[in-house]
Amino acid sequence: MIRTPLRPLARVLEAREKGENPDKIERENLRERHEQMRDKSRIRAEGRLLVLGLIFLAGFGAIGGRMATISSAEPQEPVASASQAAIIAQRADITDRNGNVLATNLATHALYAQPHHMIDKARVARELVQIFPDLEEEALTRRFSDGRKFLWIKKKISPEQQQMVHDIGDPGLQFGPREMRLYPNGALAAHILGGASFGREGVQSAEVIGTAGVEKAFDDYLRDAANGGQPLRLSIDLTIQAALERVLHGGMVMMNAKGATAVMMEAKTGKIVAMASLPDFDPNERPTPLTEGDASDSPLFNRAVQGVYELGSTFKIFTAAQAMELGLVNANSLVDADAPMKWGKHKIKEFKNKNYGPYLSVTDVMVKSSNVGTANLALQIGKERQRAFLKELGFMSPTSVELVEAPGAKPLTPKHWGDIHTITVSYGHGLSASPLHLASAYATIANGGILVKPTLLADAQPTQAKRVLSQESAADARSMLRQVVTRGTASFGDVEGYAVGGKTGTADKPKERGGGYYDDKVIATFASMFPAHSPEYVLIVTLDEPEDRTGSEPRRTAGWTAVPVAAEIIRRTAPLMGLRPDFETDTPVALIRTSN
Amino acid sequence: MRSLFFVLSALSVMALAFWVYQENHRTREALAQTKDLQGEIGQMRETLGVLRAEWAYLNRPDRLRELAAINYDRLGLVPLRPEQFQRVSNVSYPAPDLPPIMVPIDVMSTQEGAQ
Repeated sequence: MIRTPLRPLARVLEAREKGENPDKIERENLRERHEQMRDKSRIRAEGRLLVLGLIFLAGFGAIGGRMATISSAEPQEPVASASQAAIIAQRADITDRNGNVLATNLATHALYAQPHHMIDKARVARELVQIFPDLEEEALTRRFSDGRKFLWIKKKISPEQQQMVHDIGDPGLQFGPREMRLYPNGALAAHILGGASFGREGVQSAEVIGTAGVEKAFDDYLRDAANGGQPLRLSIDLTIQAALERVLHGGMVMMNAKGATAVMMEAKTGKIVAMASLPDFDPNERPTPLTEGDASDSPLFNRAVQGVYELGSTFKIFTAAQAMELGLVNANSLVDADAPMKWGKHKIKEFKNKNYGPYLSVTDVMVKSSNVGTANLALQIGKERQRAFLKELGFMSPTSVELVEAPGAKPLTPKHWGDIHTITVSYGHGLSASPLHLASAYATIANGGILVKPTLLADAQPTQAKRVLSQESAADARSMLRQVVTRGTASFGDVEGYAVGGKTGTADKPKERGGGYYDDKVIATFASMFPAHSPEYVLIVTLDEPEDRTGSEPRRTAGWTAVPVAAEIIRRTAPLMGLRPDFETDTPVALIRTSN
Repeated sequence: MRSLFFVLSALSVMALAFWVYQENHRTREALAQTKDLQGEIGQMRETLGVLRAEWAYLNRPDRLRELAAINYDRLGLVPLRPEQFQRVSNVSYPAPDLPPIMVPIDVMSTQEGAQ
């Protein structure tokens, strides 16, 4: 580069001759030089900016392009990584406590039609009706030719049916893969499992959603792919459930009952081993709910959880236990049991207008199931304390069992809890609760007075338990329950070797339209625990409108109806649960009165 | 010297390209194989699911009960009853084996001698 001198000698001399200031020349040259420098650095800076801009453009372009490809491309399973959580099934299995499958999935197909591809619509309709007798030929032909381009024919078909449809050989009939829910045990534990159906449907797949029972209560868990296909393990024991349902069904038929329900529960943990409600249904073909009439007449109705009944004398033990807990009485205290008892305009009577009085020990009030004796105990307790105790036992709120139906089954309690309600509730009238409520309350007595919450999960962790009864009161109550069986109203319940303790309850059914009770319709309940000296299991059996017609006149009391059924259930299931019969400690310890 | 360097680097680029091509090919092959395997695993899982469902279906309590009733003559299966629990002391175990006979007594000859 040729550098122009700031003071070129020739020009300086020339300027001096003319008498001008030579410094001007220097300044002008300096200015020119600065301009050159400025232009040069501007070009350089512009170049750098351009390069930088290009780099940014490339960077953003790369990110944007990648985003565009990811968003527009088909999703793909990562095949290169070795350890991946494979999605095994759309919905996890449900098993019993021993891992026996209660609900699983089966790959099957759905059948759909594209009428515009069909060659001979009439023939297709005719042959389809031969394969699926529940379809109607005319309706099919009509739907094939009304201009629509797509219609579902069957949501689930078996491989044999698929082959037969293939054999029709019409290009308008197509199959879409489906995963269907299968309950291999049929109607077994139907009310617990509930059922499943299809949610959103596409040609290639369909959502399987739970419609009732645990399927709905655990819908999110079962569908959560993050669980890696881990089955949901219930506390149900398949064998016990099957035996219990069988015996209960036999009992329901023999006792001419309209319905029956039974709950078998572990006394210490509240885990439900078996729970049945009859009549039942097949969850594979879940019937549609009733749109009119009484919902409890539908086989879908879960009597054990949804059915709230007046459970009758089974409540008496709570009154006795609370009176003992409060120190008002002990097991041998005498209470007034002179029947009939007058309270205002009401008259409290005993069964068949008997009179067990004038005085009965608390134990005998339970053994003879005296309404008057219990009423007097309840009056000593008082309505506030009685109500608080029943609330602690869970009779004022729905059960917390993991069924979608449970929160809806709220017990019916008196609106204004007067003294007369204190009396009637003490022997189980005027307060309606579900058999499951009763089971957990009896389990609380069986568990030495520590509250038990019912659960259907095998791995349920016991929560912080609350003591509602002392050990001693609970033990006394259990001894009373045992004596009800050995020498009281539940004598048919004495299963040799298992020391059954329990309380019967027979309650007249209230009329549906109000206005009193039926004379000839009862709810018979037997609430029991075995073995009574250290209870392992609690069993509640409730029969709806039973009638034993073997005698000269129909017998409806629980002692004749629910108790024999419960005894047979215990006889059948206790050995299966590994309970060894104990013939030695079965003799009751008697207190012998001696003189001196 | 310089040209030798150029030739060498060109050769190494070619060799590397060849190696990369081969590796790429093998990776693709491995990926295809994994895909096949995963498809196979998926199919086997499906089969397993079907078999499990079938096992559960065939072992449903209703069917077992019916089978036990049909085959009662041969198997004699009845529901478990409490009476079937027994004490170990009630079991009639087979008598213990005799100890080896050290001094045999000749019964035959004794009898003959008596005659």
